Amino acid sequence: MAVAAEVVAEAQFVEHRRGFRRRWYRTPSFVAGASILGLIVLAALAAPLITRHDPTSQDLLHTLAGPSSSHWLGTDDLGRDVWSRLVYGARTDLRVAFLAVVFPFVIGTVLGLVSGYYGGSIDSVTNWLVNVVVAFPFYVLIIALVFALGPGTRSIYIAITLVGWVSYTRIVRGEVLVAKRRDYVLAAKSAGLSDLRILFRHLLPNVITQAIVFSMSDIVLDILAIVTLGYLGLGVQPPNPDWGRMIADGQTFITTHWELSTIPGIAIIFAALGLSLLADGLADLLRPE
Amino acid sequence: MSDRGAPLLHVDGLRVEFNLSRGVLCAVDGASFDVHQGEALGIVGESGSGKTMALRALVGLLPPAARVTAGTVVIDGVDVTKAGEAKRRELRGRTVSMIFQEPMTALNPVMRVGEQIGETPLVRLGLSRRAARARALELMRLVGIPDPKRRAEAYPHELSGGMRQRVMIAIALSADPKLILCDEPTTALDVTIQDQILKLLGSLQRELGVSLVFVSHDLAVIAQTCSRVAVMYAGQVVETGTVDAVFREPRHPYTLGLLRSVPDFDSVRDRLSSIPGLPPDLALPPAGCRFHPRCPFAQEDCRAAPIPLIELADERATRCLYHERCAEDARREPVVARA
Repeated sequence: MAVAAEVVAEAQFVEHRRGFRRRWYRTPSFVAGASILGLIVLAALAAPLITRHDPTSQDLLHTLAGPSSSHWLGTDDLGRDVWSRLVYGARTDLRVAFLAVVFPFVIGTVLGLVSGYYGGSIDSVTNWLVNVVVAFPFYVLIIALVFALGPGTRSIYIAITLVGWVSYTRIVRGEVLVAKRRDYVLAAKSAGLSDLRILFRHLLPNVITQAIVFSMSDIVLDILAIVTLGYLGLGVQPPNPDWGRMIADGQTFITTHWELSTIPGIAIIFAALGLSLLADGLADLLRPE
Repeated sequence: MSDRGAPLLHVDGLRVEFNLSRGVLCAVDGASFDVHQGEALGIVGESGSGKTMALRALVGLLPPAARVTAGTVVIDGVDVTKAGEAKRRELRGRTVSMIFQEPMTALNPVMRVGEQIGETPLVRLGLSRRAARARALELMRLVGIPDPKRRAEAYPHELSGGMRQRVMIAIALSADPKLILCDEPTTALDVTIQDQILKLLGSLQRELGVSLVFVSHDLAVIAQTCSRVAVMYAGQVVETGTVDAVFREPRHPYTLGLLRSVPDFDSVRDRLSSIPGLPPDLALPPAGCRFHPRCPFAQEDCRAAPIPLIELADERATRCLYHERCAEDARREPVVARA
């Protein structure tokens, strides 16, 4: 009987392992999100290979031209190739957005871990800071900070870090408050492990999932913030291409050449869609058993 | 108590209190017991009798709202109640380790089991990664996990309940402790697996000479694994002695009631009795003997003043004034078919 039980357990064990590996491509949102985002990232990386024109070179003899074999998506009011600007714009916006997410992610996660685990005065101070930042609307605070710091990518990183960490702190702190009562934390303590080890080796891998999932949506928010700042002239500075500035530049010609603003708009929607689907898929895949 | 020298674990008058909004709740009230090297002590009692809190107080791992307000705990010559947190952490894992009730929640769900077993040797014994891994595999073999090389790569959810508890035991053994505190280690397992785990713990205790404190509500489990037993009721140790003596001739009506409520298929009893009433609210315990409202032998003087632990012959003690009547009752209608 013991042998039979062992065989059954063995079969379940093997079955479970196989199921786990099979899972990622069975999650449609993950596959769809990864494909969309992968396509955009690939285009951004291969920008010099898939464009024929410099995104900043002007051709004043061929302004506001329609699509042609030379200019696939036409040219803008300064005769710049729209396809080149779109692809190079993806390069700028995605790079800035991904980098802008790293600092708040790290800072917010560490603060959330520490304040959730220790509680007490550390937690009170952190909570107070979180509430102060949360009291302001996200975009208003970002725009005000970038305005004060002066336009440019460096200001974007600083502003997004100063505002963005709160979400990660809140998410991770909440997860830690639940997780620290679990028996495995008590078991780790009963083995005499240090707080530092319990925090980063035991708790962090258990609570980081939600933060990773949120970071995907956060990149979307950041792209929108960067684009908005570009639109307002506070973001990526000309002549570097950026989707926000493309929309702003095209606005003047919206009645005659609507595609100039619409094309970067569609690109933003696709990037956001890809990231959101990816976040959704990751949430499914990373969910602990 | 005995001539075996200083006990490995000495607990005297341990008191654990919880600060609640409605007042102070005394979860453990004056618990005293000794465990010698290589001995197994069972602590038995129903849910809420304070056995788990007593166990956690031994290693200084009480929940935030609870604290030790009186008594001493000496483990291997170190006074835990007076020692600082650093000193206590030094004891944990190395001298004392714990096994928990529910291995699914007591194992880290996102860490491979081999890594979890090797962690204490790696961090606490200063072994190299390679040596810690070898130690983990050796421990897995010791606790009877088949194909340890492959299972070491598994996550806890990929293992069966029995395998998970074996992993827990391997973790508890990983730094060669002298004392293992087991908090209902078989409650979450089904009966056949429970038997395997108990046999494993018994053989480890004999072969490695490690001492066990075994907390359980299951009298059969205590009878199978322990030589001595302490019965807890409403935060107090109400009776102690050897398992043999206490189970054959209980000298506290609560122990008698517990034994009578165990179903036994080849028993002389044809009727299963239960203890009338409910355990008391620990924030407002009854005056005098805490068991008197449920006790069939209760007299006026049981209600008057708290009953001290009365020392009897054969290293036994009870908190009952009328333990003779209790023993008589047990003799008239035996409680255990085979001890």
